[in-house]
Amino acid sequence: MKPEDLHYAKTHEWVSVAEVGGQKIATVGISAFAVEALTDLVFIELPKVGAQAEAEQPFCEVESVKAVSDVYAPVTGEVIEVNTTLPDKLEILSTDPYTEGWIAKIRITDDSNLGNLLDFAAYEKQCAEEGH
Amino acid sequence: MADDSQLLQTPLHGWHVAHGGRMVDFAGWSMPVQYSSIVEEHQATRKAAGLFDISHMGRLIIDGPDAQRFLDSLLTRRIDDMTPGQVRYSLVCNETGGVLDDILVYQIQLPEGGLSGYGLVVNASNRTKIISWLNQRRGDFDVGIDDKTTEYAMISIQGPRAIEVLDGICDHELTSLRYYFGVMTRVAAFRSFVSRTGYTGEDGCEIICDAADAGIIWTRLIERAEPLGGGPVGLAARDTLRLEAGMPLYGHELSEQINPVQADVSFAVNLRNREFIGREAIVKAQKDDQQSVRVGLQLEGKRPAREGAVILHGDEPVGAVTSGTFSPTFERPIAMGFVKQTAAAPGTPLAVDIRGQHHPAQVVPLPFYQRGK
Repeated sequence: MKPEDLHYAKTHEWVSVAEVGGQKIATVGISAFAVEALTDLVFIELPKVGAQAEAEQPFCEVESVKAVSDVYAPVTGEVIEVNTTLPDKLEILSTDPYTEGWIAKIRITDDSNLGNLLDFAAYEKQCAEEGH
Repeated sequence: MADDSQLLQTPLHGWHVAHGGRMVDFAGWSMPVQYSSIVEEHQATRKAAGLFDISHMGRLIIDGPDAQRFLDSLLTRRIDDMTPGQVRYSLVCNETGGVLDDILVYQIQLPEGGLSGYGLVVNASNRTKIISWLNQRRGDFDVGIDDKTTEYAMISIQGPRAIEVLDGICDHELTSLRYYFGVMTRVAAFRSFVSRTGYTGEDGCEIICDAADAGIIWTRLIERAEPLGGGPVGLAARDTLRLEAGMPLYGHELSEQINPVQADVSFAVNLRNREFIGREAIVKAQKDDQQSVRVGLQLEGKRPAREGAVILHGDEPVGAVTSGTFSPTFERPIAMGFVKQTAAAPGTPLAVDIRGQHHPAQVVPLPFYQRGK
């Protein structure tokens, strides 16, 4: 997936929404900016399949050498799949955050917050303001 | 984060910002937490030479006719037998044996002769507390207590190639400088006090110089370290290095609520034939088999235990983690914490509660890391 085609939460998660059999399925990961800011990732606690995710609430945790960080669900729905290769190959988050580095797929049950997500240009602007 | 402009800045602040240092508020100072990656900076120190700006640490001068007697009444280790140039790790305790700070004491010998006094390097977060503690207890002692923190800078160079890096621009031949001794000399032609001390488990030196000279000394050291695989290191890797070396950190393994016996720093206490504040409480603590004690923990899996995580022996909570990280050297989580003495023996299988999940852990001897001699 190209970063330009994705949408972003202010908390640095990316989202790609696809229509599958009349349902909206969101694929979710964390942005390259977030991965670089975290640096030295050592652990990920994936969400459980079947868990309910709520938009803007923590649903996953990543640990760097320095600290633990929450990953926030960018949409509301049910976690239907998680990327089980990630815990043993965390470097994927650095090398390919937008395709191989996806974290979870969420079947959207309430799409009311989708309008709050940023497009690529708006997200890039936010990152530039946050700086490094 | 506090507004950066309200924070104290070291003489190297501009360099850190210009070289990508991520600046954070550390004890009221704007300090670089990392430049590139914590793991890379950590490895650069273990394999070559890491450079640390530690100018935020407090530097005090205690002088006057009673300086030695005054300090001997306050410090857990005696200083009356220190020789010129010697450096000693010591504690300042309160009446209940709680640790007010862990410090380095330097017996300063100026080249022009005459013993002028003692240098104290104290933790940045404890500087004002220690200064007021010293002032409250000076009584009839004829001493001067001067805070020289902002007049001087302090740079640490640590790692197997640290001496080689510094030796080339230091007037004193450093390979002959003994561990925990220092000397007045010149670095990059600037007057400096260089001591063979550090806080990473590596060989190395710490340099105290005039604030105005720090920039050039730092730049020369970076130029010499980088071709060897060394470079600047931020506070984050300083913390993973000191944790691997099993060294206690003030505010974590040391505090006013923790006595030196349970913190396992009895080597920094000398009780024989002397009196100092806290002595009585420390003697009492030696006989207390109910107090929890500091241990090292090695965890299974990859998930680090952080400060505050509860330590369990079977189903029974027996203590808590005070420092925890992922060890870049051993590539697994390590931690220090305090546990009941019944759970403190190396080899004891324990567990750590990390956000509701119990992760197996084992008590291991400290330090985790020891450099090859």
